[in-house]
Amino acid sequence: MESDNLRGAAGGRPGGTAAAMPADRLSMRTKRLLWVWGFLAIPVLFYTVIRFYPTFQAFYLSMTNWDLVRPAKFVGFANYVKLFKDPQFWKVFRNTFTYLIIGTPLSLLIAFTVAFFLDRVRFMHNFIRALYFLPYLTTAAAMAWVWRWFYQPPPIGVINDVLALIGIPQQPFIRSTDQALFSIMVTAIWAGLGFQVIIFMAGLRAIPTTFYEAARIDGLGEWAILRKITLPLLKPTTVFLVVFSSIAFLRIFDQVYNMTTNDPGGPLGSTKPLVLMIYQTAFGSYAMGYAAAQTVVLFTILLIVSLLQLWILREKK
Amino acid sequence: MTDTPALSHANIRPGRIIIWTLLFIGGLIMISPLLFMFSTSLKTADQVYDLRLIPAAPTLANYISVLADGRFMRWFLNSMFVAVTVTISNCFFDSLVGYTLAKFEFRGRYFVFIAILSTLMIPTEMLVIPWYLMSSQLGWLDSYWGIMFPGMMTAFGTFLMKQFFETVPNNFIEAARVDGLNEFQIWWKVAMPLVTPALSALAIFTFLGNWTAFFWPLIVTTSKELYTLPVGLSSFAVEQSIQWEMIMTGAAIATLPTLIVFLVLQRYIVRGVMLAGLKG
Repeated sequence: MESDNLRGAAGGRPGGTAAAMPADRLSMRTKRLLWVWGFLAIPVLFYTVIRFYPTFQAFYLSMTNWDLVRPAKFVGFANYVKLFKDPQFWKVFRNTFTYLIIGTPLSLLIAFTVAFFLDRVRFMHNFIRALYFLPYLTTAAAMAWVWRWFYQPPPIGVINDVLALIGIPQQPFIRSTDQALFSIMVTAIWAGLGFQVIIFMAGLRAIPTTFYEAARIDGLGEWAILRKITLPLLKPTTVFLVVFSSIAFLRIFDQVYNMTTNDPGGPLGSTKPLVLMIYQTAFGSYAMGYAAAQTVVLFTILLIVSLLQLWILREKK
Repeated sequence: MTDTPALSHANIRPGRIIIWTLLFIGGLIMISPLLFMFSTSLKTADQVYDLRLIPAAPTLANYISVLADGRFMRWFLNSMFVAVTVTISNCFFDSLVGYTLAKFEFRGRYFVFIAILSTLMIPTEMLVIPWYLMSSQLGWLDSYWGIMFPGMMTAFGTFLMKQFFETVPNNFIEAARVDGLNEFQIWWKVAMPLVTPALSALAIFTFLGNWTAFFWPLIVTTSKELYTLPVGLSSFAVEQSIQWEMIMTGAAIATLPTLIVFLVLQRYIVRGVMLAGLKG
């Protein structure tokens, strides 16, 4: 990639200087070209060294048995074979997709409902919007601890105290293998909801009011307008948010790590997502090659999700 | 859900009041973790079990003891330094590259653009192992530069700025050339002031992203002096085990700066989110 860039620069320059001699105008072109590559020099170096080279290195490392101590030895696809045979990986894979498959539709449904009605509210509009948006600005590592406190057993756990008030028995939340994943999911949905509400509202505002007026003249009811006009026209916004939220859930880490610090990903690995497995493999057991293979799998999954978005949006045209 | 026209708001009907009330209650639930956090941070250890939102005898003792500890101040300043530096770097380089790609014709332009854009597809998680290797070889582990270097430029910022520089009229730039400004001056003095909304959106996003960043700082720092606030808070909370009033105080200190920034800049932030969301 780097050599291609240099060829591009070198290819431009001699042509410029050669033609520069007859006319002053062309020497200005050369000068401008020098400015261009002057502006781009540091960024091109940055992207090459900090982005592209590490990307290829990650692919390479995924085929080695590197462990920080001994020099890396090429092992082909052994890491991938090991990974796909590893029951822990499949458990983590299932956890990660549980976050995604339940978390994304749930948070989008809530966000859309809030945005749809908030869009019509004028009284204290900005204030209510701020209430929904504020959690988005918080630090996951900090708020995970607040939620962790909320989920404690009585008398200290706020949620269990509220449940007791309405006569529901005490729940174990993050202490149980059945509920922990969903308890963490709630925290993640809570943190991301404000962003989705704002984006949905922007999407709703972008629909021309003439569409609604025409529909009303045609005698469509609220429900029909929602189904036939609002939702179809909101499709690009929805697709964007589905992808954005899916990627966030596929990469979930901060909340899980901080809500289960005594046994990260616990209890019994029931909340462990892929990124936490990567973290533990790489920086807990220093199996760097094996961890690199896991990151390549994550990359592949994210790539598929992104390509799906492009494909769905292309279908529309 | 009522048959009221969506955009007329002159008439007040029971349905609207119900909707408003439900939205308000939902909003209260949304900020309740923040309310409880601040409330508990103002309580003494023996009041923590009393779940009243307004503390019986509010005290700043927790804040004083957390800040007197010294570590928190250090982590706070570390985070501030890292987030501000990375934000400045992004505003400078992302704009410069975005401008160059938007306003100059040169061979390789499309290639550079696609190459930068393609890095959006690469998740950080895939790069951390090579970054860690690079940092350990170059002695960047456990240093500010080590925390900051991966984020000094971003493809997202470059793309955002390019989109906005494209709206700057070419004759402004030509006029500045005629006036004898060099290309750097044209960018800095003519083009940059015209894209301040995009620039402020980029600044807000970069700052927020770096202020709350956890994964890479957790990996690259090992000595407590270099922790950023989220990493420090995490280790602090583990160490406090069940002293919830202390943990809540730490969490409150980590949350306050962004809340203050939000209250001051609410309009710009919401607009910035919309802008970035729709362009990205």
